[in-house]
Amino acid sequence: MSDARTFGTDAHPSPRLRGEGRDDLVVGAASPKGDGEGGAVGGAFSGELPHPRLPPLFADDDVGKTLSPQAGRGDAAYNFAYLDEGTKRMIRRALLKAVAVPGYQVPFASREMPMPYGWGTGGVQVTAAILGRSDVLKVIDQGADDTTNAVSIRRFFAKTAGIATTTRTGEATVIQTRHRIPETPLTEGQTLVYQVPIPEPLRFLEPRETETRQMHALAEYGLMHVKLYEDISRHGHIATTYAYPVEVAGRYVMDPSPTPKFDNPKMDDCPALQLFGAGRERRIYAVPPYTRVRSLDFEDHPFTVQSFDRPCALCGAEGHYLDEVVTDDAGGRMFICSDTDACETRREGAQ
Amino acid sequence: MTPLLSAHGLTKTYGPRIACAGVDLDITEGEVLAIVGESGSGKSTLLSMLAGELAPDAGEIRYRDREGRVRALGAIGPAELRSLARTDWGFVRQDAAQGLRMAVSAGGNVGERLMGLGERHYGNIRACALDWLDRVEIAADRIDDPPTRFSGGMRQRLQIARNLVTAPRLVLMDEPTSGLDVSVQARLLDLIRRLSGELGLAVVIVTHDLAVARLLSHRIAVMRAGRVVETGLTDQVLDDPADAYTQLLVSSVLAA
Amino acid sequence: MTAALEFRDVAKSFTLHLRGGAVLPVIAGANFSVAPGECAVLWGPSGTGKSSLLRMAYGNYRCDTGAILVRDGARVVDVATAAPREVLALRARTMSYVSQFLRVIPRVSAQDVVEAAGREGGLSEGEARDRAGDLLFRLNLPERLWDLPPATFSGGEQQRVNIARGLIAPRPVLLLDEPTASLDGQNRAVVAELIEERRAAGAAILGIVHDAAMREAIGGRIIDVTRFGTARAA
Repeated sequence: MSDARTFGTDAHPSPRLRGEGRDDLVVGAASPKGDGEGGAVGGAFSGELPHPRLPPLFADDDVGKTLSPQAGRGDAAYNFAYLDEGTKRMIRRALLKAVAVPGYQVPFASREMPMPYGWGTGGVQVTAAILGRSDVLKVIDQGADDTTNAVSIRRFFAKTAGIATTTRTGEATVIQTRHRIPETPLTEGQTLVYQVPIPEPLRFLEPRETETRQMHALAEYGLMHVKLYEDISRHGHIATTYAYPVEVAGRYVMDPSPTPKFDNPKMDDCPALQLFGAGRERRIYAVPPYTRVRSLDFEDHPFTVQSFDRPCALCGAEGHYLDEVVTDDAGGRMFICSDTDACETRREGAQ
Repeated sequence: MTPLLSAHGLTKTYGPRIACAGVDLDITEGEVLAIVGESGSGKSTLLSMLAGELAPDAGEIRYRDREGRVRALGAIGPAELRSLARTDWGFVRQDAAQGLRMAVSAGGNVGERLMGLGERHYGNIRACALDWLDRVEIAADRIDDPPTRFSGGMRQRLQIARNLVTAPRLVLMDEPTSGLDVSVQARLLDLIRRLSGELGLAVVIVTHDLAVARLLSHRIAVMRAGRVVETGLTDQVLDDPADAYTQLLVSSVLAA
Repeated sequence: MTAALEFRDVAKSFTLHLRGGAVLPVIAGANFSVAPGECAVLWGPSGTGKSSLLRMAYGNYRCDTGAILVRDGARVVDVATAAPREVLALRARTMSYVSQFLRVIPRVSAQDVVEAAGREGGLSEGEARDRAGDLLFRLNLPERLWDLPPATFSGGEQQRVNIARGLIAPRPVLLLDEPTASLDGQNRAVVAELIEERRAAGAAILGIVHDAAMREAIGGRIIDVTRFGTARAA
């Protein structure tokens, strides 16, 4: 599940792997013992440094054994949310700068994380830096709470921070995401953390980092439209369907990470704080709450979102982003909500 | 009349090596100035300095902007300098891969400067690109092909279209015809001459080919070891060269 | 100055750096003038500097000492000391030079070569087209050649294109270097006629014409180049 490309023209992302056994999820079963500090962005620092080491967390945590057998139980515990406090402060400084300059890519000293690049190392570091004891974490991958990646990250934080986790968008205070924005509208006080593979929207056409930095500094964004021009000249319309470039607060052009362009309008004037972390590329950027996020387009080829010609096969929702799922070996397939929480909530409501 | 661009005492050294020493020149609208000399004579270094891409160690370049103000290039901030380079100036490079975006279609290459200036109407950009491809004799049905599928001559013509689309006043050309077949070269020379005349461009062309200089330029500067050894009317310098080096250069040309 | 073109004590020599700085004297003490409406012919054996004088007048060769004055409307320009831009302006408005050799950009058609010269000389696009056609027709250049680049033409055909190019714009000073060298009798007569028309219209004409009949036909005053001195070797 590594992210190899920024741009793509697929009509739909490939069907995701549904995680096995949703019953295994540790929903809301977090230990209350986690006593780390957090809430860096917009919150106060506790001042109780250095932070004490944490006691063992879960009795039922088998994931932890696999990840790090020697650390799962007993006295070799982690610092709150895995990262040491110095690293978290470094990341928070980058986050503060990113919030102050919306859409601007702030370099940060990305750490090695106990997961491969492409599995969300940037997002995990951002999440680690902002989590507080009272936070409730939701992790989604392509909209789903139950994929391997989402489950692993959620357990990682449940174990290392002892915080509560959830699959309910409305209950979460921090949502780490790969490739989607939840269908349920986000609210004030929530923070959406994006996992970003390639943060530089100009990279596709301009490989030189020195040059792209200049272009950002001087707001020379003609090249971004060259990409859209190429789309129209080849396909008759803007065929970029995900990682669709946006202009933030009328200044910086930003890669929204490989979310479908369907989600771009949700970024605009969003009450939640949106943070972006790219671990391999060592960049952090942000969109503060209620910020103008405009998708780039041409006057005669305005930005439009995908529409689906059918409702979700499970919940019947229209206006949700749908995934195509292969159901059997005979070519059977169905279109269902990519946001598993939104889908389940609707189905529960219908019962 | 104040020249469009004037250089005074331009000097650039790389360690002990002198790339350019005390070069003076000026150029105004409607003029083609050729800079000739052997490789390593400092021609390309000079051109880079004139383009504002390389800061001279000493000396000054002055440019008369569209408002008629004469500005020292060194005193123009990087944002404005880049903006000038994208609108008021053109730079046709010897290696088309450096002057073009090879992964972008011909139309996108021509349209980039327009989009950089804020043009946001696809239809207008497309129409303008078609018009310019026609003017540089590239068939309309090649508009969506990337330059990787173009011949050497077509790539150079595409570079010219890409540069001229914003109606620049000054165009710098670095050996635009070298490496091309003779017949392809002739076509390109004809195109450059016609467009520079029609549009009243100021053109500085660096070439080692005296025949190119004779056909295109009004005035010529002969460079050797970083210095301008002789300058004047092109036909006068080539037919009645005064400097020893120019005489050697002129006498070394194979007559066709 | 009432003359259209005047040489004052002009001297010229070539310094050949490739031959150890040997100085090759060409001419010295050249003093003569050509009035508007006058035709003058430089006369003398080859190697006496006739061609160099003509080229100096056009600014193609440098002039070591002396002055070469050309009347340009109300003012007088010294070609010997004028800046390149002034010489170019003079060539555009005032002086035409018809050489024996045609030098043009490949691929440009004969008609376009002549028309372009007309436009550069101040004619409107329509005038240039009409006059170019008229001249090429009178000079008996077959019409099928008009759209072809002159590089492919015979010597005589090229020369006629060159003459048309030099005569299309009505410039007050006309410099002719063997304009009829490779033409047959019939075409020489046409050229003589064209030159006479320009003279009658007030142009000052200075030429080198080896052919005696042609010299007579254009009725030129003879300027004997051998009466000027030769520059001393330094």
